[in-house]
Amino acid sequence: MAVTVRIPTPLQEFTQQQDAVEIAGADVKEVLANLDSQFAGIGQRLYDEEGKLRRFVNIYVNQEDIRFLQGEGTAVSDGDEVSIVPAIAGGL
Amino acid sequence: MSKTGRDLLDAARGDVPEITAEEVKHTVDSGAEVALIDVREPDEFRGGYLPGAEHVSRGFLELKIEQVVPDRTTPIVAYCAGGVRSLLAGQVLQSMGYQNVKSMAGGYGKWKDLGFPVQVDKQMSAEQLNRYSRHFLLSQIGEKGQAKLLDAKVVLIGAGGLGSPTGLYLTAMGVGNIGIVDLDVVDMSNLQRQIVHTNDRVGTSKVESAAATLTALNPDVNVIAHEERLNRDNALDILKDYDVIVNGADNFPTRYLVNDAAVFLGKPIVDASIFKFEGQATVYHPAVGGPCYRCLYPEPPPPGMVPSCQDAGVLGALCGTMGSIQATETAKLIVGFGEPLIGKLLMYDALKSQFRTLKIRRDPACPVCGDSPSITELIDYEFFCGLTEAPAGAAANGH
Repeated sequence: MAVTVRIPTPLQEFTQQQDAVEIAGADVKEVLANLDSQFAGIGQRLYDEEGKLRRFVNIYVNQEDIRFLQGEGTAVSDGDEVSIVPAIAGGL
Repeated sequence: MSKTGRDLLDAARGDVPEITAEEVKHTVDSGAEVALIDVREPDEFRGGYLPGAEHVSRGFLELKIEQVVPDRTTPIVAYCAGGVRSLLAGQVLQSMGYQNVKSMAGGYGKWKDLGFPVQVDKQMSAEQLNRYSRHFLLSQIGEKGQAKLLDAKVVLIGAGGLGSPTGLYLTAMGVGNIGIVDLDVVDMSNLQRQIVHTNDRVGTSKVESAAATLTALNPDVNVIAHEERLNRDNALDILKDYDVIVNGADNFPTRYLVNDAAVFLGKPIVDASIFKFEGQATVYHPAVGGPCYRCLYPEPPPPGMVPSCQDAGVLGALCGTMGSIQATETAKLIVGFGEPLIGKLLMYDALKSQFRTLKIRRDPACPVCGDSPSITELIDYEFFCGLTEAPAGAAANGH
């Protein structure tokens, strides 16, 4: 089971500048854990010290925010797209 | 055998049923579905028209009527000044397959003589008619929509990378009142992307520089300078007079401040942000059921966790892409055409030349716009974003 994880610009330093990577996993939690073991360091930008997803990072499965699905337990299937969407503030 | 004008008119009278002005009034008042089509010339329409009528000059009838009345079964009442041209127009509509077409006998003249209500749009000068002529050709805008733009009040948070293109397009489009909030001065390193400023204005106030450019572009536009930094003490007072808030702030405290103030004031934010080659844009409008910034990002990142454009860089033209989207969304909100970006996050990847749209939803548990909000007045946003050690006291004004 592999999904495409979309990496936002601020996190591409962890993925050798790749903007999308193929990651295995049955649900979002597993996908993000596998992402971190493949690209060390990215996990601490997604999770806080207590292991909770940071509130300024949103995770989408296809077009939907996982907060409105089953959270990290949201199941994924082959070909799904998981997007990491952090807040960015640039304007000037 | 050639026909005379009289022959054509007689034929039209035979084909197109007439309806009296009184009957039209009765139909409109009853709320029955009817499309009122004014087929006169633009200058006649400008002088006044039936409330709710759509203007489609006879000369553009075949080209534009399908945009205005897509359904061939919609009942149509066509009218002109005296009831002659509308008969000929009615015949054309019938030949295009419109099944229920009537011509109003006596036209607009009769309607007015009977003392029925008429609507007169803002009168535009000859220069305005020329300047906005390409908008008038769009049935979604037309002279009515342009009048709304000219009456609108929009405030730009920041006259920088996003505020520059947004301000230029809002000005060119004839948004009549544009406020600009910024305290910075123009720096040489701004000019790679902040296209409202010029080389000779380095070192001068950004608000003044932007005002000079915008006023030179379109004298219809009244630029309101707010040469100050938006803060919890002045935000509500500055923003309350505007219809739409366009956010181009470069920092998290201002983004949360603008969000909370907009929620309290019930006003929409046309938001965008940029980073290197990537942009995000959306419209926050909880007053019509959409999400706010805090629904999407309940808490800011700790300082240093998300690099800024100042540290990481940004492509100059990316500002133009995102700013143009903001100007477009602003015009949509003011005029009321199309589908605004409410509840949708548009993401643009300039490297891949890709646009994507994600759904964003109102969070019933949102501390500001949710069902039982815990934040009901502006807070200390520097502290909230972790930029100061302790919250400023209630008496700490003006720092």
